[in-house]
Amino acid sequence: MSILGTRVIRTEDPRLLTAGGIYVDDLREAELAGAVRATFVRATVAHALITGIDKSEALAQPGVVAVLTAADMTDLPPSEPPGGEVPGPDEPPAEGPVPLGGKWAEPLLAVDRVRFVGEPVAIVLTDSTYQGEDAAELVSVDYEVLPPVTTIDGALAGDSLLFPDAGTNICVKGGRDIGDDSVFDGCDVVVEGDIVNQRVACLPMEGRATAAAFSGGKLTVWASTQNAQLARLIFTAIGLPPDAIRVVAPDVGGGFGAKIGVDREQIVVAWAAKHTGRPVRWVETRNENLMAMTQGRAQLHHIKIGGDRDGKIKAYRLDVIQDAGAFPRMSGFLPMLTNLMAPGVYDIPAVQADYKVVVTNTAPIAAYRGAGRPEAAATIERAVDWFAAAAGLDPAEVRKANFIQPDQFPFVTKAGAPYDTGEYEAALEKVLGAADYASLRADQQRRREAGETKQLGLGLASYVEITAADGGAGETAKVEVHDDGTATLYTGSSAHGQGHHTAFAMILQNETGIPMDKIEVIHGDTDLVPDGVGTYASRSLQLGGSAVHKAAIEVKEEAAKNAAALFEAAEADVVLDADTGTWHIAGDPDKSLTWAQVAEHADGGLIVANVRFTADRPTFPFGTHLSVVEVDTETGKVTLLRHITADDAGPVLNPVLMEGQRHGGIAQGAAQALCEEVLYDADGNPLTSTLADYAAITAAELPSFELLTSETPTPVNPLGVKGIGEAGTIGSTPAVHNAVIDAVSYLGIRHIDMPLTPERVWTAISEAQKASAK
Amino acid sequence: MKVELTVNGKEISADVEDRLLLVHFLRDVADLTATNVGCETTSCGACTVLLDGESVKSCTVLAAQADGRSVTTLEGLAADGQMHAVQEAFHQEHGLQCGFCTPGMVMAIVSLLKENPSPTEAEVRTGLEGNICRCTGYHNIVRAALAAAEAGK
Repeated sequence: MSILGTRVIRTEDPRLLTAGGIYVDDLREAELAGAVRATFVRATVAHALITGIDKSEALAQPGVVAVLTAADMTDLPPSEPPGGEVPGPDEPPAEGPVPLGGKWAEPLLAVDRVRFVGEPVAIVLTDSTYQGEDAAELVSVDYEVLPPVTTIDGALAGDSLLFPDAGTNICVKGGRDIGDDSVFDGCDVVVEGDIVNQRVACLPMEGRATAAAFSGGKLTVWASTQNAQLARLIFTAIGLPPDAIRVVAPDVGGGFGAKIGVDREQIVVAWAAKHTGRPVRWVETRNENLMAMTQGRAQLHHIKIGGDRDGKIKAYRLDVIQDAGAFPRMSGFLPMLTNLMAPGVYDIPAVQADYKVVVTNTAPIAAYRGAGRPEAAATIERAVDWFAAAAGLDPAEVRKANFIQPDQFPFVTKAGAPYDTGEYEAALEKVLGAADYASLRADQQRRREAGETKQLGLGLASYVEITAADGGAGETAKVEVHDDGTATLYTGSSAHGQGHHTAFAMILQNETGIPMDKIEVIHGDTDLVPDGVGTYASRSLQLGGSAVHKAAIEVKEEAAKNAAALFEAAEADVVLDADTGTWHIAGDPDKSLTWAQVAEHADGGLIVANVRFTADRPTFPFGTHLSVVEVDTETGKVTLLRHITADDAGPVLNPVLMEGQRHGGIAQGAAQALCEEVLYDADGNPLTSTLADYAAITAAELPSFELLTSETPTPVNPLGVKGIGEAGTIGSTPAVHNAVIDAVSYLGIRHIDMPLTPERVWTAISEAQKASAK
Repeated sequence: MKVELTVNGKEISADVEDRLLLVHFLRDVADLTATNVGCETTSCGACTVLLDGESVKSCTVLAAQADGRSVTTLEGLAADGQMHAVQEAFHQEHGLQCGFCTPGMVMAIVSLLKENPSPTEAEVRTGLEGNICRCTGYHNIVRAALAAAEAGK
C-alpha cells in the first residue's frame, strides 16, 4: 500500500521537542569559538542626511572590538547591482539588497542619508551581547533632518524625495491601460471605491540571524534563510567568488517570505568577519525585527466593478499603488502578481489592472505569505460583496453566477493568468453544506429582528492563487543509495517548519521501498547541495517533491542495471517490489535482492541519481473559506466563531502536513483582517516596534478551524500537486473581513478597512447610527 | 555576583553580571539552548521555563532572582529516554512546525495542566494567550494540550 496520502507524523519532531532546534544563536561550531557579537547602530530618524559619526566614546567601552561604518568598507568591490534596472513586467523579481540599483541603490550601511527609522548605520563588534547594546548607544550620529514621507499620498505629492537623483518617488509602473471606461457601459450596477491592504509584520518567531567565519580564504556563513544557495550569490557582494563561500541554513525559526535570500545586515556581518578576521555572530532583537525586517502587503487599491442586476459581473478594474518602503526590493514585483490575479475565480469579460510602486520613509516591503496574491483576493472578494449588496443578491449566489466552470480549463483570464485546473463551485458548495449556510442566515435574520447586541456575520471568500510562478527555475534533488541499504536525499528546497524531511522521505520510500527511517534528508548547505533554489512561493512539494520523484525513478533505473547483472537476467525482466524494497526477476518472486546487495555491486558501493525538475507552467490552487463572526454592536468587538474551508491543492501527500499549512495560513490571514497592522507616526517613527505594541494574534482570539477535503490534480507535475503554503492566508483574510462587514451591513455600513479592531468597528457603527438618526 | 541554581536537577553556580537575565544564564552559562528568546517584552513566551515548578518568562527574570531556586527547561522534561506526555502529544498532534516557540509552548502547557489537569478548549486558549506561535495557527497546539490532559487522566 502506498504511504502517500497517509497521516505520517513528522520525523523532524523528536529532536525539536527534546533538545530544541539548533538555530543560529545555538550553534556551538568550532569555527565560531570566540565569535564577537554584532550590534547595529540604527537610524533614529526617518529621513535625514548624515552629517557626522563619532565612534570614539563607543570605542572606549569595555569589550569593544570594532565600530565600523560605510567609510570603513573600502575593501568592497564596486557595487554592480544584480539586475541593474527595474525588472520589466515579464521578468523575474530582482533579489537582494540592491535590486533596482542605479539611482535607487540600497547601500549595505547608510552612506550619507538615512531613509527609515531602523536603517543600519554602523556595526559594533563586542565580546558580549550586553556590551554591544551599551556601546551601540554611545555611537553618536549627527543628522540634518529632512521632511519625512510616511504615506502613499505623501510619496505621490513628491514634495520630499527619498532619491533626489531619480526626481520622483515613483520607482516602478506597470500593467494595462485602465483608462477605457466604456467597459462599464450597459452595467445595471456599478460600484467604485478604495480598499486599503494594510502593512503587516511577517514576524517569524526567530528573527534574522547570521554567524560568519573567514579562514584560509573561505567564508562560512550560517544564516537564517529560506534559500542558502541564493544567499551564497548575495554574499558575493563582499568580494568573494561563490566557490569561496559556504552558506549553511541551520534550523530556521520561520520565514514567511521575509527570509528569502539575506538582508543587508547579514552581508555586513559576513563582511565584518572577513574584514576583522574574527568570527562574528548577529541575532537581531524583536525591536530590530519589527523596525527593519521587510514587511508585507502595504497596498492601496482603487476598484470599480460592474454588472447586471441578475448577478453577472461584466467588468472589473483594479488600480494598485504599492508602498515599497524606503528601498524598492521585491515590492517592485509584488503588485504585478496582484494585477495578474485581479479577477480571481471569476470569468469576467473585461478586466483592467495597473500598478505604481512608490518609496516612503518606512521599512522596506517584500514577500509575506502570499506575496501580492492575498492583496488581489482580498479586493476582488470585497468587490464581489459590494456588488452583491448593491444588486440585492446573496454573496454566495453572485459567486456561483460568475465562477469559471470546470469545462473551461485550461483558462486564460483577461488579466493573462493561465489557470490549470479548478472546481471552484464545488469547493463553495462543500463549504456552504458543511456550515449549514441556510441555518446561519436564518440565525442572522433572527438576531437582527430581535435587535440583539451580538450580531452574526457570514463571510465568503472564493480564491485562486498562483504557486511556483518560477517553475522554470525548478528544483534539484540527489539520491544516493548506499551499500548498507540506507539512502541519502539531498534537496535544494529549504525547510523552515514545513516538514520537507518527512514529505520527501515519503516520496522516496513510495518509489523505492527504502523505509523512511533509513532515509536521511539533507538541505541548506551549499557544500553538500551546491545547486538549489529554495523554499518560497509554495513551490517546495510541486518542484522539490517532483525532483525527488524524478531522482527516485532514475536511481531505480540505475539500480535495475546492477540487479540485472547480479541476476544474470535482462534488465527488462528485473522488477522492484516497492512495498518491500526488494528486487526480483519478473514472475520469480523467490529469488530476490535487497537494495544493499544491489548497491554493493555498483561502482563505489553507491547508486546515485542527480536531477533537476522544472515545470513549464505555474499551478493555481483554489478554494472557499466561510467565516462566521459575532460583532458586539455596543463595543465593536469581533469574535471569530467558526472558520470553515475547502482548500484544493491537488492530491494530498500527507494530510498532517497539509492541515498544518492551512491552519497557520488561516491564522495569519485572520490576523490581518482582525488585529495586525504596522503603524508609523507623522514623523516616520514606528509605533509597533515591540510585541507589546504589535497586535500579533494569539490562541485566545481564534477558534479551531473546520477543514474540508478537495483534491483536483494538476497536469503540470507528476505528483499532480499544487502549493498549499500560502493558500490559507489568501482565503482567510477576505472571508473574515466580509463576515465582519456582513454582520453590520444592516446598519448601512458598506466597508471598514482592515484591521477590524473594536475601535474601528465601533466608530463605523456609531457613525452609521448617527447618520440614520438624522 | 555569585548565583547558584538547580537546573534540570543539576546544581550550577557562577559569577555573573547583576543584570544577567535568566534566559541568558540558561543559554550561555548552563549551555542549554532549547530555551529561545523571541522578544524582549514578556510578550511571546518563547523563553518560558519552570521556576520552582511554575512557568515564568525567563527573558524578564534576572538570574539573581533565581538564585537558590530550581529551574526546569525543555531539556529536563523527558525522563529515561521517554518524552513527557506534553512532548509526545505535540509530536502526535503535529503541534510544532519551525520549532522556535515550541520549548516555551511545551513548558507553558506543562504548567497549565499542573494547575488545571482537565481544561476546556477555551481554558487552554486563554492559558496560552502569552505564547505566540506564527506557524501552527495554534490549532494543533490546542489539540496537543487537550490530548496531553486526556493522557494524564
